[in-house]
Amino acid sequence: MEGKISITNLDFFYGKAQALYDITLQIPEHEVVAFIGPSGCGKSTFLRTLNRMNDTIPIAKVSGTVEIDGRDIYSPGTDVVALRRKVGMVFQKSNPFPKSIFDNVAYGIRINGIHSSRSDLSERVEKALMDAALWDEVKDRLNASAFGLSGGQQQRLCIARALAVQPDVILMDEPASALDPIATQKIEELVVELKRQYTIVIVTHNMQQAARVSDRTAFFMLGKLIEYNPTQKMFTNPNEKLTEDYITGRFG
Amino acid sequence: MEQRIIDLQLDRLRDKILLLGGATEAALNRSMEALVNRDSTLAQRVLDDDKIINEMELEIDRMSIEILALQQPAAHDLRFVMSVAKITPILERIADHAGNIAEAALIVNNEPQLKNYVDFPIMAQTAADMLRAALDAFTNEDSATSREVIKRDKEIDISYHRVFNELLEMMIENPSATTGAAHLLFVAKHLERIGDYVKDICELNVYLREAVFIKHSPGT
Repeated sequence: MEGKISITNLDFFYGKAQALYDITLQIPEHEVVAFIGPSGCGKSTFLRTLNRMNDTIPIAKVSGTVEIDGRDIYSPGTDVVALRRKVGMVFQKSNPFPKSIFDNVAYGIRINGIHSSRSDLSERVEKALMDAALWDEVKDRLNASAFGLSGGQQQRLCIARALAVQPDVILMDEPASALDPIATQKIEELVVELKRQYTIVIVTHNMQQAARVSDRTAFFMLGKLIEYNPTQKMFTNPNEKLTEDYITGRFG
Repeated sequence: MEQRIIDLQLDRLRDKILLLGGATEAALNRSMEALVNRDSTLAQRVLDDDKIINEMELEIDRMSIEILALQQPAAHDLRFVMSVAKITPILERIADHAGNIAEAALIVNNEPQLKNYVDFPIMAQTAADMLRAALDAFTNEDSATSREVIKRDKEIDISYHRVFNELLEMMIENPSATTGAAHLLFVAKHLERIGDYVKDICELNVYLREAVFIKHSPGT
């Protein structure tokens, strides 16, 4: 399997404490890959190694390689800002800026100088909002504060903000865990829709969510990758007993 | 390992399908006994008991749907519920065939006795043995035995052709035996179908254990 993202022998330490052990896996382009596992298993830490979000932690240390499109993102000289533009991220708690809906989405476009004109900027904002399935709900109030949106809408706004800078990969860290079932369903439908254009990695505590939206699932435990397989295989006949025990609720 | 809520429900489902399996086995054995021993009372009992089997089928359907909807089983749990949901109507169909044999017995028992037929009891015994082995293999999740039972379906097919020819000859030699022999032809066909159904159960046993579909795969 050729990966859009190719991780090889990745170890991760918080100071002396090792949080990830020798992770090797390939994430194919235009697929949704779900990371599951008990709390503290390292799945979010692993997600954050994919766009070097852990760089902000002074005691963090990474070894091994993470290649995106064949280039190691940890090699010296990597433009981390450009990397994070290419590998966008959506967090558990929506975090819109205290700005209008329009300006939230326009923010990344403006600071990266992606747009060529005012009308181009508007078009890009509209496209991002449409891709995030939010346009119809906000098109008449683009100048209203983003804080006036519901939780689910705010989360889709954050997805629109990530999409606006034209990433290749979107990392989602429990994007629906704070949302009600209807808003969750919209996010899940969006994830499935977005994979046509993007590669998506999603961390979730909700195993049914992983089953519903992902093409492949990786199960982590105590910092180790226990099993990585097509989702259909993971949920009908996992290879590892640990996986079976986790997804059938025997522990967790 | 701690007891999960689903474990209790899966245990109950297992108990129910084993009861259904036992009732189906009893129906098959009694229907053949009714035919061979010309026991119309027993034949009628098989027909009366069919209602109970139908109710058991509905109960298992309800339980399976409830587990799927409320517990969202995965992996082995999922394969177990799916296997039970698919084996249940097969057992009910086998019981229906037993009922058809019992109906034939009620008619044939009113006709003059035909000559003894050696292959009939052998065929019925093979079907009953296969059914018992298939149900045991389900209980033990024994796919090796299931694969062996599948092979035995050929024995029933061979017996069927032998019985068919035997009955045909009987009709030619003795036209007055035609009514009884025609009913017995149907009985043979019912037994042959039961062999096919047992094979289906065994294929599901293999799915339960190994998560592979061997249905429609010759030689597996």
